[in-house]
Amino acid sequence: MNAVLLQILNGLDKGSAYALIALGLTLIFGTLGVVNFAHGALFMLGAFTAVTLNHLLTLEKVVVSQTETTAWGTPLEIRTPYAEQIFGDFGQFLIDYSVPISILIAIPVMVIIGIVMERGLIRHFYHRPHADQILVTFGLAIVLQEIVKAWFGANPIPTPAPESLRGMIDVGAGLGLQPGSVIYPVWRFVNFGFSVVVIAAVFALLRFTTFGMVVRAGMADRETVGLIGIDIDRYFTWMFALAAVVAGCAGVMYAPIVSPDYHVGMEFLVLSFVVVVVGGMGSLTGAVAAGFLLGILQSFASMNEVKNLVPGIDQVIIYLVAVVVLLTRPRGLMGRAGIMET
Amino acid sequence: MAKLIMNRRGLLKGGVAAGAGLAAPSFFVRPSWAQTENYLNAPTGGTVTLGFNVPQTGPYADEGADELRAYQLAVEHLNGEGDGGMLNTFSSKELQGNGVNGKKVVFVTGDTQTKSDAARASAKRMIEKDGAIMITGGSSSGVAVAVQGLCQEMGVIFMAGLTHSNDTTGKDKKANGFRHFFDAYMSAAALAPVLKEEYGTDRRAYHLTADYTWGWTQEESIAAATEALGWETVAKVRTPLGAADYSQYLTPVINSGADVLVLNHYGRDMVNSLSQAVQFGMKSKQVNGKNFEIIVPLYSELMAQGAGEAVKGILGSANWDWKLDNAGTAAFTKSFGQKYGFPPSQAAQTCYVQALLYADAAQRAGTFNPCGIVEALEGFEFDGLGNGPTLYRAADHQCFKSVLVVRGKENPENQYDLLEIVKVVPAEQVTYSPDNPMFAGGNLGTCNPGA
Repeated sequence: MNAVLLQILNGLDKGSAYALIALGLTLIFGTLGVVNFAHGALFMLGAFTAVTLNHLLTLEKVVVSQTETTAWGTPLEIRTPYAEQIFGDFGQFLIDYSVPISILIAIPVMVIIGIVMERGLIRHFYHRPHADQILVTFGLAIVLQEIVKAWFGANPIPTPAPESLRGMIDVGAGLGLQPGSVIYPVWRFVNFGFSVVVIAAVFALLRFTTFGMVVRAGMADRETVGLIGIDIDRYFTWMFALAAVVAGCAGVMYAPIVSPDYHVGMEFLVLSFVVVVVGGMGSLTGAVAAGFLLGILQSFASMNEVKNLVPGIDQVIIYLVAVVVLLTRPRGLMGRAGIMET
Repeated sequence: MAKLIMNRRGLLKGGVAAGAGLAAPSFFVRPSWAQTENYLNAPTGGTVTLGFNVPQTGPYADEGADELRAYQLAVEHLNGEGDGGMLNTFSSKELQGNGVNGKKVVFVTGDTQTKSDAARASAKRMIEKDGAIMITGGSSSGVAVAVQGLCQEMGVIFMAGLTHSNDTTGKDKKANGFRHFFDAYMSAAALAPVLKEEYGTDRRAYHLTADYTWGWTQEESIAAATEALGWETVAKVRTPLGAADYSQYLTPVINSGADVLVLNHYGRDMVNSLSQAVQFGMKSKQVNGKNFEIIVPLYSELMAQGAGEAVKGILGSANWDWKLDNAGTAAFTKSFGQKYGFPPSQAAQTCYVQALLYADAAQRAGTFNPCGIVEALEGFEFDGLGNGPTLYRAADHQCFKSVLVVRGKENPENQYDLLEIVKVVPAEQVTYSPDNPMFAGGNLGTCNPGA
């Protein structure tokens, strides 16, 4: 029971990351009709926003010692962070809370990156075959990865959550189970809650605002919306920027869980594509539902009891589910007719 | 006419017989390869080319960059540039800083990408196109085993870089291949007494293991060593290589009754699994009335940097550390630190040492013929290269030397001071017999000079 509860929590946490990336992928595919393989790179860039802010806040004043030397004979450098020097305790607080603060910075940064990416490159590929779109976006992802690697190195960079959010929540005690049997890190709850809020906000934007109404109309019939005098391209550019923000924020929130390195987005991207396919190309609800479903299935498949029955099942479960879904429901769980079928 | 021919034949026969007779003593004292230039990529000009095959892209690119720095330093020292580094402390005094066998050392580089096929392709390119006489480097056992096999087939020497699987000098050992770095068995043998001293003999261990050759041998070695102490192994769980989030493998540990978690992971796998285990409160909880403990059998400086705060207090093992107190270490750290501005990693040290050992063997053998190198390195005993007295064992081409037990430092003084040395375990305590079951199978075979 405890093990099952813990795996449900794992699945929800993992699923929230899949759902956020898959949501962004679907937004772009549904509006612009582009299969964006650079989406994982946007997740990675978000994570590196947190890394960059942390680096900036921990920039150090270097004083070269006149008397002491290092073990290899060069003068010893004494380092003190500027933030601490200038702001004292508040500087310490800023460093500690650098990940949540990064969300505020990631939003405008990702909007700019999204618009530049869409206007500068992707729009030239709207009328090209999907294979071309995949190639160019995949190439772009590699370029972005290599730039980040050249700057930050290949090694993962520790990006801890704030001290006050590093503890554990005893879920078991709250449910009347034995205390300590179902414990879960606070930050993973924060991450899950954040994802739910973002998903809700995106749905609300599309459902309850004029902007959302125009976008939905554009998704259904781009030409007609254009004919009534709406510059739908401009709306879709903003949707691309929104998708970039969603992926970037997911990256920031995931940074304390998986230490960011240049490759972090790629791992999530492949899984998220499977999520999109399982959920149904173009279906936002499908993407979110499939994200959580596959996250939970992956967690359960990793239980020792399951692995003992079917060795290696944890490594293939997601793909197995994809195969079964595609065989029984070729359009995915909630796919609409006509998407990628022309 | 016929008489003349007979005479000529007789003369030739006599000449050959006399020549063979005169040369006979030197045939017996000098191996047949000594003056033989009949081997692959025999250097003909004034230079000899070494092939440095390191990860320049991919997840181990930073470790590869450090290996390359070390190789460049070694080449400088071999050619008489710089301060000479560990050439000054090396027990063998054959190398004079004027190249090797009178030839200036030059090098070419390849990118393993930490992928077996890419590593083999880059090694092949360096051997076939660039005329590399020897291949060295790498950051993975999968790559080491693959490239070692290639070098054996093609007929050049392979001086392994960072590879820790028992298989490299166990079931996959090859006559043309040599490993200076320690192995999984040695890590376990060095750690066991310290684990007993610090955590006692009544423990229940839970293993998470990277699902490939290194992980399997590491798990087998550390489980055998801890079970010999009286520890119980609760579970051995294989995790996919490169999994970013380990939560689904970590939560079952919570209610398993285990009070020790052994992470048989390396690189970013270890960075993520260790950081996440700490996030799940495993460094601060109590199980069975004891403090829960985490062990990382193989440490590296880059892993410690990546895991940050999480490494504090965590025990593991290492091949070498720049803070060791010996003349070789001091000379190398000084040389490396002054050139690059920071101390060398253990990957850098093993690569630098491998380059020097190869050059010294070639100098002693008087040839670059792989069979000459093999004979010079087999059973070679040396000191002054940072690890204390060391033996290159003839039976499996594995170096036997002391092993370090290290711990993540609570209060590091700087970013290069993340690990503290708990114990230097002498070579005798980590030595095993060549027929140890963990190294069973495989055959060293005979050296291949390639031509």
